[in-house]
Amino acid sequence: MEEQNKIHKLTIPQSRKLLPFGEAGWGLFSLSWKNIWRNKIRSLIIIFAIVFGVIGGVGIVAFMNGLFHQRIQMAIGNEVSNIQIHNSHFQSNKELNDTIIDISKLTSVLDTCKKIKAYSLRIKTVTMINSANNGEGIMLNGIEPEKEKKVTGIYKYLKEGNYFTDKRKNGILIGEKLAGKLKIKMRSKVVVTMQSASGNITNAAFKVIGIYKTNNSSFDGCNAYVRKSDLAAIIGFGSQTAHEIAISINNDNESSGLVASLKAKYNEDKLSIESWDEIMPELGLFTGVMNYILYIFMSIIFLALSFGIINTMLMAVMERVREIGMLMAIGMNKTKIFLMIMLETILLMLTGSIAGLIFSYVIVNLFGKYGINLSTVASGLSDIGFSSMVYPFLETEEYIKIVIMVLIAGIISSIVPARKALKLNPSEAIRKL
Amino acid sequence: MKIIETKDLTKVYRENGNEVVALENLNISFEQGEFTAVVGPSGSGKTTFLNMVGGIDSPTSGEIRIDDVNIGTLKSSKMIDFRMRNIGFVFQSYNLIPVLTARENVEFIMFLQNRSQAERTKRSAELLSAVGLGDRMNSRPAKLSGGQQQRVAVARALASRPKFILADEPTANLDSKSAETLLEIMEKLNHDENITFIFSTHDQRVVKKARRVITLVDGKVESDVNTKLHE
Repeated sequence: MEEQNKIHKLTIPQSRKLLPFGEAGWGLFSLSWKNIWRNKIRSLIIIFAIVFGVIGGVGIVAFMNGLFHQRIQMAIGNEVSNIQIHNSHFQSNKELNDTIIDISKLTSVLDTCKKIKAYSLRIKTVTMINSANNGEGIMLNGIEPEKEKKVTGIYKYLKEGNYFTDKRKNGILIGEKLAGKLKIKMRSKVVVTMQSASGNITNAAFKVIGIYKTNNSSFDGCNAYVRKSDLAAIIGFGSQTAHEIAISINNDNESSGLVASLKAKYNEDKLSIESWDEIMPELGLFTGVMNYILYIFMSIIFLALSFGIINTMLMAVMERVREIGMLMAIGMNKTKIFLMIMLETILLMLTGSIAGLIFSYVIVNLFGKYGINLSTVASGLSDIGFSSMVYPFLETEEYIKIVIMVLIAGIISSIVPARKALKLNPSEAIRKL
Repeated sequence: MKIIETKDLTKVYRENGNEVVALENLNISFEQGEFTAVVGPSGSGKTTFLNMVGGIDSPTSGEIRIDDVNIGTLKSSKMIDFRMRNIGFVFQSYNLIPVLTARENVEFIMFLQNRSQAERTKRSAELLSAVGLGDRMNSRPAKLSGGQQQRVAVARALASRPKFILADEPTANLDSKSAETLLEIMEKLNHDENITFIFSTHDQRVVKKARRVITLVDGKVESDVNTKLHE
């Protein structure tokens, strides 16, 4: 203790005691930045490697984002909507008589809910559709066209005909793929065989008034639309009977909250209230995958790049043994030596990554605007519900996540070269040639 | 007033299982304001002695007291801080930071001491002017001659206002004229500001300028002569 007190006699006042950051920190930052450019070619090579790595990673993630996001949006917009309500038995058995009980009570609540943009009642029945040439099993959807327009966008995909503007009864809208299977065209007649409410098998003739083609050929091949009133009359349902209420909401992020509040209200009514990701769990999986795909791809890329950076920084340290020894001798403590090497590594990674992110941003936005045309594999993509035109995108927060990952990778990569520097003995290092 | 005192200072290196005695029971003291040359043949222990006194190497046995503080008792972090505030170093091969200008090299140690920008600018300008480089402050080491680089190194060593400066073969890489200029500068600093200089050297020009010459042979003091007294 006495020895320590004596030291203060020699040293500058306590108020000027060295701080790990502050002006000294800025000095370190400045020195580290300059150190990066000592060997320009070596630094540029690793920076280019990072730039291409980031562009590659961001490109793949943005492409996957675009692909999955479009699939989900198409599924919500054309197929399932945000939320569906059914009789709790309907989804498992698709029984004709498993209709929604006390539907007027439910719709009166839906009418007042501000989060709901629109909803549509549907009758759904599994039927056999026959043309003069062929027959197929399909899901026949009885819809209220004007309400359905606000919930799903099938009307946007009409290739021929109209969306029930033809007031004549028993018009049917079929997918292009189904039309192909049945070998029919506009104004052809088809016969639909189905079960009636009384349990009998009944037939009805429909005239094709429109042919649609979405990006999901599987969907197009097994779904047809008729007016709900026409279908109700054939089956023997009342005008308010429905198997399904499809709900479109203003903000999809509120789906699960709205589902929870509706479930809390109507649990006793034996209703099944589900959001789109519960109805189509494979799409829910996409969302889950999208959340991790960025981390997976970028982690792999940064892991690979880290080895190159560690090598570069180790070379940089080994070339500067004498200088580091001198810095230690004149009073640069271990923390600052460590920080200097760490800053050099992080700055090297950040320079490459920020340049990579800027290029990526331009490229992603360019392709996001004009799209990537995958028409050569369009039919394969369409079979699994994906669009052949992909518009890649990356959210701002994902760019931020990448920068954070760069910082983490930089810190981890700096440990080996920084430790190497710390192990130097100043008296030996100074004498190194 | 004694500022440095060694007591039975011994350093033994172990190389390939063999013990090499670099310094053996050295008892030397230095007063404030001395201008001392430590001479001796290669392997006599000059550099080891300077490293010990500078606290960048630790003794096998014995004590080194600086201003009556036994630096052997200081922890590594305290020792680094102590070195920064009390000891200036000048190395044979200058050891300037190549990416920094002459002024930034001088300022760097003051950065480490967290001195204000104004103080750093003022002092670095003063010191570089004092070593005759007032007009080369913004030049990088690569643009300076060996003698100029060594003068920057002297200015850097002075920047932290050390108690003494240890210079390991400071003129070894310099031509005669540069060595002469450097020695004159150091002599002037010693005379005007009472800064203590301790050199290890083979250079007779340095020896001639020194007021005290300590000769080491095989890690022992062979002679310790106050040359100015003899004159």
